[in-house]
Amino acid sequence: MGTLTKVPAAHLEGITKSFNGNSVLRGVSLSLHSGSVSVLAGENGAGKSTLIKVLTGIYQPDSGTIHIAGAPAHFSGPGDARAHGLTVIHQELSVVPELTVAENMVLGREPRHRLGRLDRGAARRLAVAALARVGSAIRPETYVAELSTGQQQLVEIARALSEEPRILVLDEPTAALSQDEADNLLRLVAELKAHGLAMLYISHRMAEIDRIADHVTVLRDGVVADSMARADMTPDRIVTSMVGRPVETMYQHRRATTCTDVRLQVSDLSSDRVQPCSIEVRAGEVVGLAGIVGAGRSELCRLVAGFDKAAAGRVEVDERHVDLGNPRSTAAAGIVMLPESRKEQGLFLDMSIADNVCLGTTFGRNRFGRTSPAALKRAATRYTEQMRVKTTGVDQRVGDLSGGNQQKVLLARCLAKQPSVLILDEPTRGVDIGAKADIYALINEVASKGVAILLISSELPEVIGLSDRILVMREGEIVAEVSGDGMTEEDIIRHATGSATAPPSLTEVTS
Amino acid sequence: MTTRLPSPTLPAAPHPRSNGIRHHVAALADRLGVALALIVLIVVFSAVAPYFLSVDNLFDVARQISVTAILGAGLTFVIMTGGIDLSVGSAVGVTAFVAVALSINGAPAPVALLGALAAGLIIGLINGVLVAGLGLASFIVTLAALTYLRGVTYVGTGGKTLFSTDLGYAVLGHGSLLGVPIPVLVMAAVFAGGWYLLNRTVFGRWVRAVGGNAEAARLAGIPVRRVLTTVYVISGLCAAVGGIIASARLQSAVPDLGAGYELSAIAAVVLGGTSLMGGRGSLIGTLVGAAIIGVLVNGMTLLDVSTFYQQIIQGAVIVLAVALDRLRMKSSGAQHA
Repeated sequence: MGTLTKVPAAHLEGITKSFNGNSVLRGVSLSLHSGSVSVLAGENGAGKSTLIKVLTGIYQPDSGTIHIAGAPAHFSGPGDARAHGLTVIHQELSVVPELTVAENMVLGREPRHRLGRLDRGAARRLAVAALARVGSAIRPETYVAELSTGQQQLVEIARALSEEPRILVLDEPTAALSQDEADNLLRLVAELKAHGLAMLYISHRMAEIDRIADHVTVLRDGVVADSMARADMTPDRIVTSMVGRPVETMYQHRRATTCTDVRLQVSDLSSDRVQPCSIEVRAGEVVGLAGIVGAGRSELCRLVAGFDKAAAGRVEVDERHVDLGNPRSTAAAGIVMLPESRKEQGLFLDMSIADNVCLGTTFGRNRFGRTSPAALKRAATRYTEQMRVKTTGVDQRVGDLSGGNQQKVLLARCLAKQPSVLILDEPTRGVDIGAKADIYALINEVASKGVAILLISSELPEVIGLSDRILVMREGEIVAEVSGDGMTEEDIIRHATGSATAPPSLTEVTS
Repeated sequence: MTTRLPSPTLPAAPHPRSNGIRHHVAALADRLGVALALIVLIVVFSAVAPYFLSVDNLFDVARQISVTAILGAGLTFVIMTGGIDLSVGSAVGVTAFVAVALSINGAPAPVALLGALAAGLIIGLINGVLVAGLGLASFIVTLAALTYLRGVTYVGTGGKTLFSTDLGYAVLGHGSLLGVPIPVLVMAAVFAGGWYLLNRTVFGRWVRAVGGNAEAARLAGIPVRRVLTTVYVISGLCAAVGGIIASARLQSAVPDLGAGYELSAIAAVVLGGTSLMGGRGSLIGTLVGAAIIGVLVNGMTLLDVSTFYQQIIQGAVIVLAVALDRLRMKSSGAQHA
């Protein structure tokens, strides 16, 4: 491309950054060019977010330089980066739901009448103009809380663009969007590119990368693993450099499955967000639940685990009726669920590993409800060693662990409850690849001991690799079941998005 | 066979043993926390007021802080769950009234004491059920209790002081055992029991867990409502013990006994490093916090500082100590990026 010969809009050279002696970035270099989309890809924990935070002045690098339009720049805070024409759309939206679109748009730089009164007319005009730029006709008086995620993101982008940036950083902007919304966003990215903006787009969705990238940089373990122009780009090359080896070997499971007795029997379980669903999982079987975000997979599983109240339906474990009243009663019946968000729903970040493993279990407990640090430690150590949790000891605060190790701690608690049925909701989200492999091995091991496993994962290769069969959900309903050779990404996506050519039937077993 | 990747460079646990002496000093200061402030106060006062360090005076300080500290012990449990109990001062008033009224009407001492404890238990149970069962904000529930419990005391006493020259349990306020004042012994017993409950029982883990992350606690199968109700009962019982000691000291039930005690007790808890957000805290910290306030008041009195100025200095010390604690947290928290 011709643009590549010009001075880059932004250039990072040899960036290193470490926390507590752990190097997260090690000599990363990256160039962004006007009128071009650079994609930054990499597994979770590869250092992408840290690199963005360095680029946008939230972190200061330990060494390395940043050049903006050829001139060296030093950012001591996010304001500095913005002053250099650099704006980020973070993954977590930063709009205020309780304010209107217009109020959000002018937040922090409100146009004023004399005596500091807010100039509503000016705010409204600004908002309309900014929204028009992103091709949206949202009314500026609307409260942001009433908008869909996609619309909220548009508001966020419109606000960012009204600052007239020269460089725009988008951190996994489609992660929470529906297919249509994502399409719109990608179209917008192409338009902005045509207007000469330099963009850094963080994603690991292959289809997206294929559609918009002019250049791809892959980070792995804090170094640039590969870097390629559009002409040399293939999905295989990107994936292989992300993972550091061919992918297939990750999910080898193929246990000698001797599925016999039904351990978990879910019958017509429903709530206001879940249509009546029935599931059977046999001892030693791993059943995957696939579907797009919001299809009701977590919601269904939360009913089974007693996390939320079901409206109707029943659940049996080993042919015994389960009281779905609360998480305690289901755990007593042998159903244990690893919740989706480990920090919000699972862990006690200020407490020790030992406490986190033992809480809610009978572990580390002496008679009459007594306990002692030694007893907790003994009980927890057994599990943390088995799961290869990397720590300085089980006294360590869980908040100080990496994502992968935190997830292992939470899994250890689930296993300490000696489940008959184990439900795993996104067990490898935000987990580094070494821990991923450990968790996969663990799932196989647990299943081979006769535990019935329900697995939710948004990573299709993962569900396909680990499951014996897969149920596909759409709009709160189980719409298809696939197994054997029928478990292909294409098939599952067709069912999940409702684009299957033939009307999807409930028992589309292909084996 | 399972496949396993070498992944030696991924972010692992930070190593605490790497910075040498500076680190050790920092770690020591970290562990001592506000105890350092207490030590400094003691050193300063013993230098300028020789009587300060005498055994008699130190027991005096300990006896003076005993009621506040006992209330603080109960409050520590509540605050660790992320709640607050503003009613403890008024509960002191009610329970003191119950104990004195029973005594005056001829009940033997054990009955009077059990009556006061029962009143404390009921008060805590009402607070706990409203907070845990109905999900009302603890601040509002206990603010209401602060008001209506004071009303109950006024109604009960008729607005007058109930005085008894031969209160059956007066020894709890005035007596001493092997030279140690009994209120101090009671305080020690409450803290020892509380420490055991918080640090050596499953219930104690639950209290920390509920305060640290209530939703995670629920999903982990911890009986969150029962834990919440229980901490308010503990606080009510501690208030009753405080009411018993306070009335034994005065040999009477004064209508506004305990008014404002809740603020000193909360100050002691906060000084002790317990987080108002819940999850983090310690009973020993609360004891140290109460001691700081006690030593400060005692020392300033020995130095003839007017009580007007004492209040200003007390308030300033609380802000200072909490601000320092906050800075300490920030500097250690900044490492977790």
